Amino acid sequence: MSQAAETPARPAIDLLGAFKSGALAAIVAFGLFSLLIGVRTDQGPTGALELTPRLAVLGVLVAIAFVGGFVRALVPGERIDIGAYVPDALKTAGAQLGRFAGPALLLFALAEPVLFYHNRYVLDLGILVLTYVMLGWGLNIVVGLAGLLDLGYVAFYAVGAYSYALLAQNFGWSFWICLPVAGCLAACWGLMLGFPVLRLRGDYLAIVTLAFGEIIRLVLLNWQSLTGGPNGISSIPRPSFFGIPFVDEDNGFAATFGLEYSATHRIVFLYYLILALALLTNWVTLRLRRLPIGRAWEALREDEIACRSLGINTTTTKLTAFAMGAMFGGIAGSFFATRQGFISPESFTFSESALVLAIVVLGGMGSQLGVAIAAFAMLGGFELFRQFAQYRMLIFGLAMVLIMIWRPRGLVSTRTPSAFLGKPKEVPAEVVAEARR
Amino acid sequence: MSAPADPILTVEHLSMRFGGLVAVDDLSFAATRGHITALIGPNGAGKTTVFNCITGFYHPTVGMIRLAHADGTAFLLERLLDFRIAKLAHVARTFQNIRLFPGMTVLENLLVAQHNPLMKASGFTVLGLLGLAVYRRAEHAAIDRAKYWLDRVGLLRRADDPAGDLPYGEQRRVEIARAMCTDPVLLCLDEPAAGLNARESAELNELLLGMRAEHKTSILLIEHDMSVVMGISDRVVVLDYGVKIFDGTAADVRNDPKVIAAYLGVEDEEVEQAEAEVGL
Repeated sequence: MSQAAETPARPAIDLLGAFKSGALAAIVAFGLFSLLIGVRTDQGPTGALELTPRLAVLGVLVAIAFVGGFVRALVPGERIDIGAYVPDALKTAGAQLGRFAGPALLLFALAEPVLFYHNRYVLDLGILVLTYVMLGWGLNIVVGLAGLLDLGYVAFYAVGAYSYALLAQNFGWSFWICLPVAGCLAACWGLMLGFPVLRLRGDYLAIVTLAFGEIIRLVLLNWQSLTGGPNGISSIPRPSFFGIPFVDEDNGFAATFGLEYSATHRIVFLYYLILALALLTNWVTLRLRRLPIGRAWEALREDEIACRSLGINTTTTKLTAFAMGAMFGGIAGSFFATRQGFISPESFTFSESALVLAIVVLGGMGSQLGVAIAAFAMLGGFELFRQFAQYRMLIFGLAMVLIMIWRPRGLVSTRTPSAFLGKPKEVPAEVVAEARR
Repeated sequence: MSAPADPILTVEHLSMRFGGLVAVDDLSFAATRGHITALIGPNGAGKTTVFNCITGFYHPTVGMIRLAHADGTAFLLERLLDFRIAKLAHVARTFQNIRLFPGMTVLENLLVAQHNPLMKASGFTVLGLLGLAVYRRAEHAAIDRAKYWLDRVGLLRRADDPAGDLPYGEQRRVEIARAMCTDPVLLCLDEPAAGLNARESAELNELLLGMRAEHKTSILLIEHDMSVVMGISDRVVVLDYGVKIFDGTAADVRNDPKVIAAYLGVEDEEVEQAEAEVGL
C-alpha cells in the first residue's frame, strides 16, 4: 500500500524475473501434482493395480501454475492493491453500493420465502446460509472484537444441539424453553473454556481451543449412555408455531389458520426463525459494541497491558467474550437440532469450526456485513460448484487463495468507530490490531 | 530531604530482584500530595521497574507501597492486582513506549479509560443493552469529559481519527489525556517528553503544571529531558543502579556530586570514593 504511494511510476516490466517466478511455480505444481493427478490408479481385471498416466491434465495444471506465477510477478507491489487499477468513479459508485448492501441483503432475506415459495431447495439453502451467518456473527464477537482466536467454536454449536435434543426428548420441554437454556449451557461451557486459556494468546490459544472442540466431540462420541454415541439422537421434536404443531390434523397450523396443509409452512417458519435469531445476534453485537463491555473487548484486542493500566478487569472481559460467543453458537446449535431432527457427532467436526472461522476471516474481522456476505458467498459457492463434484474443494481453495491475495484483510476490512464527535468515518484496516500481527 | 507532611505515595524499603539481578535495592521515598515528583537516573537505573511496582505490573520482592487518598483511605499497592490499582486506588500511568489502542479512534481511547464508571452506569451491560436513558446520559457525560481533556491537550480536532494514525508527539498527549480520563489521584508518567522537540516539551510543561494547579493531581514523573525535570518538579529523586543517590529539590540536584558522578562519570580516583559514599 505505502509502497505504491512512494513509487508512483510503474517499474519497468521484468520479463525474465516473471519467467523465473512462473517456472518456479510450475516446478512446485509439477512436484505436487505429478503423483496426485498425473497418475490414476485403477483395479485391473485380475485385481492387480493398474497405473494410467494422465499427462494432459497434469500439463494443463502445471501450465496454469506457470501463468499464475508469471502474471503475479508482473504486477508490482508486495500485495496486489486492486484499488489502484479501479477508476475513481467506479470506486465512489462501489462505496454508494456498499451503503445499500446491508439493507438490500436484509430485504432479500426477508423476501426469499415469498419469492422461492415453491422451491424447497432454495429455502433449505437459505436456512443453511442463515445458520452460518449466525454462527459467523457469534464467532465474530470472540475473534473479531476481542481478538481471541478460537478454533473450537463448533464445540458450543454441539453443546447447544445436544442440550436441546436431550432436554426435549427426556423432559419434553418445548423449543422456546430449550432455546435459552441451551444458550445458557453453551455460555457456561464458554466460561469453562475461558478459564484455562486466560493467559494464552494467538497461536497457543488457537491450539487449546482446537483441542477443546475435539474433546467435546469425542465425549459426545463415547458417552454412549447419554448421547447415543455414534448413532446420535434421532426423532428430536420439531418446533411448533408457539404451541401449534405443523401437522396435517385439526389442531395443526394449517387447520388453525384455515390454510391448506403444506409441508412448506414448517420450512418457511424455520427460515424466519433462524433469520430472527441471526438478526438478534446482530442487534446484540451492534449494541454491545457501543457499550463499555464492547469497547473493552476491542481495547483488549488492541493492547491488553494498556487495558489493565486503565482499570479494566481483563479476566472478566475475556470470559464475557467467550460466554457471549458461545451462547449464540449454542442457540444456533439448538436450531440446527430442531431443523435436522437428528444429530450425531459427525455434524460437529473440526471442518465446521474451520468453515465458520473462514467465514469470519473472509468477511473481514469485526465486520457484521462482511461476515454475512462471506457466509452467503462461501455456502452459495459450495452449492454452485456442486456439479463439479471432486473438483469443488480445489476450485474453492483456489478462490480463497485469490481473495486472500487481493483482499488480505477480508471483504469489508474497515472498522466503524463506536462513537464519534463529528461525521462518522471508517478506520482503515492497516491500523487495526489483527492486521498488524 | 525530610519526609513530607502529607504524602500521597510512600515507598518504603522497596526491592525488586529478577533472579540474581537487583533492579531496585531498598528504595524509600515519598511523594507529596499535589506536587510533581521526578524520578531520574541514567539508563537502566531501575526507574521503570519502580513504576511497574507502583502500578502493579510487577510484584516487589520486598517493601511496602502505600497510597493515601485525601479523605484518609489508604491502599497498600503491593497487595493489589494491576487493574485494581487503577480502579480502586486511582493511580493512572503512561508507558515509555506508547500503548494506545491504535485501531480505535482517539475519542474511543478516552472512552475506554472511563470503563469502570460507564460499566456501572450501564448496569453491567444489562441496562445499557435495553437502551435505558441512564446509560445514555452517562455516555454523554463521558464524551464531554473526553472532549474536555482532548481540548486540554489540543487534539479536539483529531477526536475521530484512529489513534494509530497520529504523529508521535500527539500520541503521547493522547496517552496523557487517556490517563487523566480515569480520574486519577496520582498520575505516573514514564518519559512523557521522549521524542518531543523543544516547543512540544515546553507545551508539556505547561500542561502538567496546569493539571497540578487545576485538578490537584499529584504527578510522579520519569524523565530524561532536564528542561522538563528542572522546569516543573517540586522534588527530584535520583536513582543509580537501583539505589537512591539523591532526594531533594530541583535546584540542589544540579550541584550534587553523586548525581554528577552518576551521569557524567568521574576521575578514576574519585570513583572509589564516590562508590564508597553510595555504599556500593
